[in-house]
Amino acid sequence: MLRVEHLRIGSLPPLSFNVSNGECLAIEGPSGSGKTRILRAIADLDPVDGQLFLDGAERREMAPLAWRQAVRYVAAEPGWWTDTPRGTLPEVAGSRARVVRLLAALGLSEEELDRPVSVLSTGERQRIALVRALVDEPSVLLLDEPTAALDVGATALVEELVKFQLLAGRSVLIASHDAGLIGRLAHTRLQLAPSSRSSNAARTSPP
Amino acid sequence: MTYVPLEIPDLVLAALLLIANGAVSFWFRLGLERSLAISALRMVLQLSVVALALRFIFALNSPLWTIAFALFMAAAAAYEVVSRQERRVSGGLAFALGAGAPFFAGLIATLFATAIVIGPDPWYAPRYVLPLFGMMLGNALSGTSLVLDAMTSAAVRERAAIEARIALGAGRFEAFDAILRRALTTGLMPIVTAMATTGVVALPGMMTGQILAGIDPVSAAKYQVMIMFLIAGSTGVAVVAAGLGSVLLLTDERHRLRLDRLAQK
Repeated sequence: MLRVEHLRIGSLPPLSFNVSNGECLAIEGPSGSGKTRILRAIADLDPVDGQLFLDGAERREMAPLAWRQAVRYVAAEPGWWTDTPRGTLPEVAGSRARVVRLLAALGLSEEELDRPVSVLSTGERQRIALVRALVDEPSVLLLDEPTAALDVGATALVEELVKFQLLAGRSVLIASHDAGLIGRLAHTRLQLAPSSRSSNAARTSPP
Repeated sequence: MTYVPLEIPDLVLAALLLIANGAVSFWFRLGLERSLAISALRMVLQLSVVALALRFIFALNSPLWTIAFALFMAAAAAYEVVSRQERRVSGGLAFALGAGAPFFAGLIATLFATAIVIGPDPWYAPRYVLPLFGMMLGNALSGTSLVLDAMTSAAVRERAAIEARIALGAGRFEAFDAILRRALTTGLMPIVTAMATTGVVALPGMMTGQILAGIDPVSAAKYQVMIMFLIAGSTGVAVVAAGLGSVLLLTDERHRLRLDRLAQK
């Protein structure tokens, strides 16, 4: 379970919430309201005040690398550091079969991994980034606009995969503009007001 | 064959060539006349002051004064390396890295050269120590400068890639490995090229100086070979220190990329 206590992001009021295993929290709000900053903070990518607990262990008690092994941020625009996506996949035991399975679940084939990143479409890159984030089986997924560049068919595949991750007991935090997707996936919602009106900006509510 | 000393009228004659530059600037309306004059004047002044200072220090032959002058050279070098950066990490640590890497690399190579390789008497003889230190410092300085620049600009340009690796559980040195390797190559390239082309394209300044001073070319070449090895060594040390130090400055103890520490020039 992921527990967030008094997380301070910009001018937002302190955020406190829990996301249980198998639960999906959606973060909604207009652009610039802080959705990405919340997800980055939870992945410990930016220095912020507040406590984050994963199964009772506070972020600072855990080694930073171990924290990010378990709490995995998937950026809206994934970064690449090799010519083809294959070099960016984590090397873990038995990962090959898992990669092929995940790719197939998202409507991709293994050949896509050996095409230059520059000729892949934005949607293909986004889906491969989701695959590489899932290979070493993190326990919390932080998805930033996971379907922004996808067509209806691919969005449905990502939605199925996220549902499967929830069934497997992972916690999922998802920031998205897609109200339909959020409606179908989220158990809880965190609503952020536009950045100009920051008073009582954030509250969680059941769907 | 003897050494021909230059007198002031000789220098005035040589300065006439500067008028040609002024004419070019005037003809093409480059507007450089002013900076040309100031630069030339600065050069004459700086060299005169340094020459007088060196004459004084050589006469004293004291280790304290030698160290003081070396520190002054290092401070000037640090100022150069920091002010040349397009973007730089703010704070004293960045300054310490920019100054410290070339200083210690130059110091190690110079002490190695004077105490072990050349062995003048006394080993701290400023006539040997200071020119050697200056050459080591200058080269280590440009290497450091290149590496710091390559590291900071790559960190900004490839932020998405670095953070993707960090988010996937990589440590800071792993996230920076390709960038670090490229930066180190950039920093070492000038000395590699210099060694490959020395003597073919141009005679190095020190060897030219020794030949003009009447030294046998073979002896001058031997000195130059030693200098090149020393420069390569000190540049290598400085470049590696600058590269590893930049990774530490651009990230924090939680292995987060900290571009907020960069200040635009």
